[in-house]
Amino acid sequence: MIEILTCNGPATVQDLGRPGYRHLGVPLSGALDPNLLRLANALANNPPDAAAIELRLVGPQLRTDTPILVALAGGMSGRIESEDGQVRPAAAWSSHQLQKGDTLSLGAIGGGVAYLAVSGGIEVPRVLGSRATYARARMGGLEGRQLGNGDRLIVGADNTARRELRLPTALYPPPLDDSPLRVLPGPQQDCFTAEAWSIFLGEEFTVSREADRMGLRLNGPRLEHLSSKGADIVSDAVTPGAIQIPADGRPIILLADCQTVGGYPKIATVISADLPRLAHALPGSHLRFNAVTLAEAQTARIAAASMLEAMIQSLVPASVELDLTALYQANLIDGVIHEN
Amino acid sequence: MTPHLLDLGDTALTLEFGDRIDLALSMQVMAARDALPPLPGITDLVPSYRSLTVHFDPSLLPRDILAEHLLCAAKAAPQKSALATRWLIPALFDAECGPDLSQVATATGRSQEAVIEALCNTELHVFLIGFLPGFPYLGELPEWLRLPRLATPRTQVPANSVAIAGAQAAVYPWESPGGWHLLGRTPVRLFDLAEADQPALFAPGDRVRFTSISATEFARISTAVNAGELGRGAFRAP
Repeated sequence: MIEILTCNGPATVQDLGRPGYRHLGVPLSGALDPNLLRLANALANNPPDAAAIELRLVGPQLRTDTPILVALAGGMSGRIESEDGQVRPAAAWSSHQLQKGDTLSLGAIGGGVAYLAVSGGIEVPRVLGSRATYARARMGGLEGRQLGNGDRLIVGADNTARRELRLPTALYPPPLDDSPLRVLPGPQQDCFTAEAWSIFLGEEFTVSREADRMGLRLNGPRLEHLSSKGADIVSDAVTPGAIQIPADGRPIILLADCQTVGGYPKIATVISADLPRLAHALPGSHLRFNAVTLAEAQTARIAAASMLEAMIQSLVPASVELDLTALYQANLIDGVIHEN
Repeated sequence: MTPHLLDLGDTALTLEFGDRIDLALSMQVMAARDALPPLPGITDLVPSYRSLTVHFDPSLLPRDILAEHLLCAAKAAPQKSALATRWLIPALFDAECGPDLSQVATATGRSQEAVIEALCNTELHVFLIGFLPGFPYLGELPEWLRLPRLATPRTQVPANSVAIAGAQAAVYPWESPGGWHLLGRTPVRLFDLAEADQPALFAPGDRVRFTSISATEFARISTAVNAGELGRGAFRAP
């Protein structure tokens, strides 16, 4: 069992989501950046769909009452303190063996989300096949809610004798870039003026403070609907990545916890390969959009999957040698992300 | 409008039949849903008022193959869906459970009894489930009972409230904000995680009728439902 001594930032239990129930109004949910979750699970010797803790803003301080391996994926670093007061660093992109009574303290999260996986996975009950938290309907996770101070989480069985792994420095994910998000037009592109479409692709938008796991509302130029079509459609299905434009002309990009249907026209949809990037679009970040073809979206999806697979295949035992460069780089990358 | 395909990103494809709320369109959507074979790679099949959206994994199911199957399913003749269930849902319509009952009566120029009777005498079609897990959009109400939504939505609508807005009726499965007119409350659970295969009571395409019950019956049914003595089967229409 692990005990969250202080939670510090919004944190939820997430896995790869809850597909198969959207016709009943149950959102997909799951990790906002599934690539990072998969990497965290690989570092913890877990299957890809094991449940882990999704961290935002600031990481928690937690203590374990049993030996476990913890894996950190994302822009963060921390330290481990044993019961007898010995302290060692805990770098990201690595897993770390914790002994009974060890305390792990994580600092600020660079980027939008980071993942803390534990060997054996977080053992909350599966709800409709998934452990992902969907707080709006109090479903999944720990009691269907965000984690808080004093929460205790049960860790899955077989959590000893796992080996510490790390990602080679050369394969660290590049710092977040500001290249345009790739979108496929539609499905309701025809609800907008030609001018709105060219503004959408030509101008810059800023993520507002109205940003959560359901979606990001953007500030920037207003996108006008065709007066003949208006800003309301008869509701149809939506999906994470869909960009809705309500009557006020301010785009809303939907994320993992989005509703299953919606009544605003969708000017475009972010391609699946770029969805994880939305997880890191914090309030104040600037976004641009670039239209691609279906074929380009499919190629990008395959490329993203192979890149992730290459990272997972390249994990090496952490014990091979103390990699000072990796530790240095971890801090460096953390710093770079903070500047964004 | 002829049925046509719209890409919703690279992992979802929508088969659209029209752009309005219309029972005939909904029946076409349900027919296409029933006709689509269970292709590996499909993760979700989401019917809405006027379209069917398939969420899929393109690494298992190429988009163009799915597109062919969808266009083929679009030709399926609308018929009574084999998957549809008819429900008879008891509800208590009184001033406490239905705080908007008197206002709806005033706005429509009918008595409260006439409003309740009209709702209960209408067999409602489940157009879609959305907004919240298990939230059914039911329709269509008689013309005279169609009212615009509340100007100021309530911040808290009690769970299990029976409500109307426009041509639609609904039951709130969860306590949530809401702008519909509240007419009553049902003791039946609209969403139950204990029913793992089918947590939502209704599925798109089902038929629903409400029946008016007394406060005593409401209490009896509530107790039996909570004790697990009254399963969902009890609310299927005979």
